[in-house]
Amino acid sequence: MMKGFKKTVCGVLAAMTLGLSATSVAEDAVGWPEKADLKFGFIKLTDMAPLAIAYEKGYFEEEGLFVTLEAQANWKVLLDRVIDGQLDGAHMLAGQPLGATIGYGTEAHIITAFSMDLNGNGITVSNSVWEEMKKHIPSKDGKPVHPIKADTLKPVVEQYKAAGKSFKMGMVFPVSTHNYELRYWLAAGGLNPGYYAPHKGDTSGQLQADVLLSVTPPPQMPATLEAGTIHGYCVGEPWNQQAVFKGIGVPVITDYEIWKNNPEKVFGVSKGWAEEYPNTHIRVVKAMIRAAKWLDENNNANRPEAVKILSRPNYVGADYDVIANSMTGTFEYEKGDKRGIPDFNVFFRHNATYPYYSDAIWYLTQMRRWGQISESKPDSWYMDIAKKVYRPDIYTQAAKSLIAEGKMSADEFPDFASEDGFKPPQSEFIDNVTYDGRKPNEYLSKFPIGLKDGDTL
Amino acid sequence: MVTLTFPTWMEPYRALATGKVSREQWQALMRQLLWPVLGIGLFLLLWQFAAQRIDTSLGQFPGPAQVWEQAGNLVSEHQQSREREVAFYERQEKYITARLEQQPDWEPVTRDYTGAPTFFDQIGTSLITVMSGFLLASMIAIPLGIVIGLSSTVHAAVNPLVQLFKPVSPLAWLPLVTMVVSAVYVSDDPMVSKSFLTSMFTVTLCCLWPTLMNTAVGVTSVSQDLTNVSRVLRLNALSHVRKIVLPSALPMMFTGLRLSLGIAWMVLIAAEMLAQNPGLGKFVWDEFQNGSSQSLGRIMVAVIVIGLIGFLLDRLMLMLQRALVWDKSSVQR
Repeated sequence: MMKGFKKTVCGVLAAMTLGLSATSVAEDAVGWPEKADLKFGFIKLTDMAPLAIAYEKGYFEEEGLFVTLEAQANWKVLLDRVIDGQLDGAHMLAGQPLGATIGYGTEAHIITAFSMDLNGNGITVSNSVWEEMKKHIPSKDGKPVHPIKADTLKPVVEQYKAAGKSFKMGMVFPVSTHNYELRYWLAAGGLNPGYYAPHKGDTSGQLQADVLLSVTPPPQMPATLEAGTIHGYCVGEPWNQQAVFKGIGVPVITDYEIWKNNPEKVFGVSKGWAEEYPNTHIRVVKAMIRAAKWLDENNNANRPEAVKILSRPNYVGADYDVIANSMTGTFEYEKGDKRGIPDFNVFFRHNATYPYYSDAIWYLTQMRRWGQISESKPDSWYMDIAKKVYRPDIYTQAAKSLIAEGKMSADEFPDFASEDGFKPPQSEFIDNVTYDGRKPNEYLSKFPIGLKDGDTL
Repeated sequence: MVTLTFPTWMEPYRALATGKVSREQWQALMRQLLWPVLGIGLFLLLWQFAAQRIDTSLGQFPGPAQVWEQAGNLVSEHQQSREREVAFYERQEKYITARLEQQPDWEPVTRDYTGAPTFFDQIGTSLITVMSGFLLASMIAIPLGIVIGLSSTVHAAVNPLVQLFKPVSPLAWLPLVTMVVSAVYVSDDPMVSKSFLTSMFTVTLCCLWPTLMNTAVGVTSVSQDLTNVSRVLRLNALSHVRKIVLPSALPMMFTGLRLSLGIAWMVLIAAEMLAQNPGLGKFVWDEFQNGSSQSLGRIMVAVIVIGLIGFLLDRLMLMLQRALVWDKSSVQR
């Protein structure tokens, strides 16, 4: 008790002597970090950028944190290492902390106080599938009209079925954004991507499927497509652009066009860790907020420098040109068809870093829609889980401290006094269905394909 | 017992330096210098030729020139990293002074450099891990091997287990070792990292067997005459082992140790790749994941370095064997 009190006092004193505005400091100052040596894991994808930038720009060190960043082999290894404490935290798929907390796959209480980015994925199909799809896509000025819907893939899948072959696609992890985005796109085009039935021991997710989805690690996607094992995939960058560069496949749609400004990765830590090191956690989030801001500052002016950093072998490591394509706001579809998507990778604007409950609930609805959650749940359950995993309270402390230190201004954040964690109902989905995070079951009932309230397999 | 002889293979060079080279020495020079150089040259040509014809999704397969270039890059990256390290410690000193001003009762701790390990750091990590695993294995295998060799009862008891575990692939052990280490090794301020222990124990489990078997066989095959001498002299058990058994069994033991070390090195790289534990294996996997146009060249550098280190480790054991074994004729290539 006494020790904790002493710590707080020291922290407050420290912040005051740092020469900050003395008025509001007392309530917003963060105490010294309880743990200064930290190791964070990441997967080699461009959206790990906030971690790399917070390290390279010295934001972690300014918070008194000495961070080591370490690439992990795959999402499973990464999650296991956070759970058993080898990693203090990690770049995670938004579905991972939720999946782990409700016990889908590995069970562990993981929380997140920082959302790492919006958008950043694409769906690519093989050249031969593209040739078939193209017949059904209208074109304007010699270029296909975007966004391309899965309706145009449907005849191709039917051809495969008629020939007695199965149509296979790859995604990166059962609770990955990519799995849900690919499923969303397929279902919006009338194709059933299949259901999970964990209560019957079926975790393949291929029950009643028109298109068979399976897990392939991101860097292996292009090679697997080339080998003909899969006919398409959904993955983050640079693995869609890689397919274009190598002439293996054609990206048909980005996730920005499936759901405008969808949440993508989060920074996850175990609940036990967060409780043991609260000041450290807030300081980590502070450093990452600054990094995210740097990435989007002055209309992406810092992006070329960011790409240079990311192309180092210890981060993403792919070639500068490949990473630069999507990171600097363009995306190349069919070879030569390069279009501007300034929001392909969003790290800070549109409140990208704030952990919205409504984002968490969307992931939970998709887990329910495809049977990963096998029984229907009341709306209140969705809210409870979101509150258990998403921690805007920690984010708010970090943001307030940055504002108090004069490093950021209040207008760069949501209005914390009135923010309730729910984005207004969103309707910019490819199928024009409106999503309201407060009514998950009502949302689920709007889909022709997918489990609804009361359904069981 | 330790004798170091001037290696015979160096004789021709001494002769060459003094200008007096005999016919046999010329032949020796050809054998040692010319043919290997020709062999390597031919290999490089074939490599270059084949590389130009292999197109991968990461670009052309790297030829010798690209590999040389990447080796150079790895060296310069290492140097840059060392410079960053110096800057890191300077920044840290400033942080410590600044914090001490605000919090005088704080006990300053200097943190290790947090930058990513370079290729050379990874080599160091792998070497330390392999030697630790190997030493631990030897510490278990040699005494146990001697006991098994001496007592047919113990041999009968242990042999089935040895036969069962000997053929197990390192990669089958890895998940078990990982889970056990995570569960058992719990400490707030660990001396060594879990990943180091995981790699080390996997190496130990896999390279235990050749030393164990060979030691046992070496001990069993001590000549009956020597055993009789020991009986006549009424040597106690310890002296018997030290004076009679060990010297006779040493050549076989070393054969086992060399086999073990070779296995240890191969197992370690595989374990590091699979478990993402720091070391050369992780370097290779990371580069594979990077998928840059330089990745294959860098992996090839690693492959060559892994081979060279494996070779040097083997030579090291051979030197040790030459120095320790009394019967020089038993030392093979």
